[in-house]
Amino acid sequence: MTEATLNAFDLSRQFGSNYAVKDVSFHLNKGEVLGFLGPNGAGKSTTMRMLTGNLAPSQGSVKICGIDIIERPKEAKALIGYLPEIRPLYKEFTVNEFLSIAARFHKVKSSSVHRAVESAKDKCGLAHMSNRLIENLSNGYQQRVGIAQAIIHNPEIVILDEPTVGLDPIQIREIRKLIKDIGKRHSVILSTHILPEVEMVCDRVQIIDKGNLVFHGSIEDLKQHRLGNKLLIGFSKPPTLTKLKAIKGVETVERAEQGMFIIKFKDKYLPAEEIVYLAAKENWGLYHIAPHVTSLEDIFVQLTQVQTLDDQTNKVEKT
Amino acid sequence: MIINVARKELKSLFASPMGWIILALLMLAFGSFYLQGVNNYFEVMSGSIRPAERVGVTIFVGQTVYGIASFLMLFAVPLLSMGLISGERKSQTLPFLFSAPISLTEIVVGKFLGLIIFLSILVGYILLMLSTLNIWSDIDFGYLLSNSLGLILLAASFAALGIYFSSLTSQPIVAAILSFIALFALMGLDKFFGSQPNHWFGYISLMKHFQSFSRGIIDSKDIIYFILFITTFLVLTVRRLDSDRLRG
Repeated sequence: MTEATLNAFDLSRQFGSNYAVKDVSFHLNKGEVLGFLGPNGAGKSTTMRMLTGNLAPSQGSVKICGIDIIERPKEAKALIGYLPEIRPLYKEFTVNEFLSIAARFHKVKSSSVHRAVESAKDKCGLAHMSNRLIENLSNGYQQRVGIAQAIIHNPEIVILDEPTVGLDPIQIREIRKLIKDIGKRHSVILSTHILPEVEMVCDRVQIIDKGNLVFHGSIEDLKQHRLGNKLLIGFSKPPTLTKLKAIKGVETVERAEQGMFIIKFKDKYLPAEEIVYLAAKENWGLYHIAPHVTSLEDIFVQLTQVQTLDDQTNKVEKT
Repeated sequence: MIINVARKELKSLFASPMGWIILALLMLAFGSFYLQGVNNYFEVMSGSIRPAERVGVTIFVGQTVYGIASFLMLFAVPLLSMGLISGERKSQTLPFLFSAPISLTEIVVGKFLGLIIFLSILVGYILLMLSTLNIWSDIDFGYLLSNSLGLILLAASFAALGIYFSSLTSQPIVAAILSFIALFALMGLDKFFGSQPNHWFGYISLMKHFQSFSRGIIDSKDIIYFILFITTFLVLTVRRLDSDRLRG
């Protein structure tokens, strides 16, 4: 088993009477990028704040490399670099000044502050912005400064809360590349509500919805869920369902909107070739055939439904 | 760590025009009162013939300058302290401090210390300015030191209270107004009970404790009062920040 750098045990947080996060347990392995996926208001940021000691959990505990963040906050916090959703930048300072302050606050020795600042700037592509006021930097560069302050003390764990929100597509691509690079040296937790982002950057993914962890697994598992062995097919002269079902490897056929069909097939089969061949031969008028990609919302619906079904069966079993 | 926080805070104060403007305006005010004091001294003293009427130049000028300094600090300190925590709340930079390996006490004391260092520039400036009287007369340095100590303790108390009010809100200007009102009330508490000079209510007045310093007396009772006052408000501030973490 690989070494876990972060462990969260039954983390819960109540605001008044409702739970923002409920019984969330997970771990982060050394050197992996963990994606924290969920819609807005699912409890992502609340969890991140608890992991970094910015918010006290109502129940449960967090251990950073075996150090409890509530009992020994100083030692634990020294191992984390955190970039909150709203980046905490002192805009009256220049990049160099701000990063030196960040380094000193994170207990970098005063003799190596300069080196730490230089290397963080290098990693984040900020070297040519050293003496600019943060206030005058563009959004994307400000985000880089935010990331630079999170990695300046070479922490074990880097926690980034929605690092690509509000950036333009080119900046997003650059930031994602940067996060991938950081993931090679540090363990990273990344929260986002953008599914493709997780697929691009992360090794493992967790989905949180209404404060509950509804899915966790490798990125392959998620893709499986997402692609789910399905084809979306459109015919202008559609055949009968039985004809489609007769094709080898096809499990179920269902009608979708606009006269399209969704065909679910068994593992290790890909009936696309057969369908195209048959369509041409019997003149079904095939105009669309592609893997059916489930959207994030569909996955949420699927996952949450599965859970409620499980709950119901549990209740039945109990009675 | 406290020093690092103080350094950051000092840098912030000097990075904004606010710090420089307050520094410049106060120095201008102190300078003109000093000048006026020296001028008045010759006018008044040439009129008083009997030795009993005569006052030393240190006390005569010192009283004017330190009197106005303690009054002006009442306005200046809330303006300087208002942003210490509420400004960070407003620009959402508090998580930066909270997620660094620094305790809340270190954050609060560091910020407080940063402001005190800034204010001691002013106190040092006054001391230096009054010392120049020594060029043509023989002045009482003990009197100046006692006044300087009193002024810095008074300003530190203002700052501690200002930080506390700053931690209560996310609007710096609200913090400034609240701390100004509170300080004004605390300064004048003894005035409300003018007829009973020994009433306990008058005893918690800040001004009453500054008065002995301004007479040149360093009384441990007054020093303890100021230290207690400062500690109380710093502890309250730490508790307020801690409740941020607990209540979210």
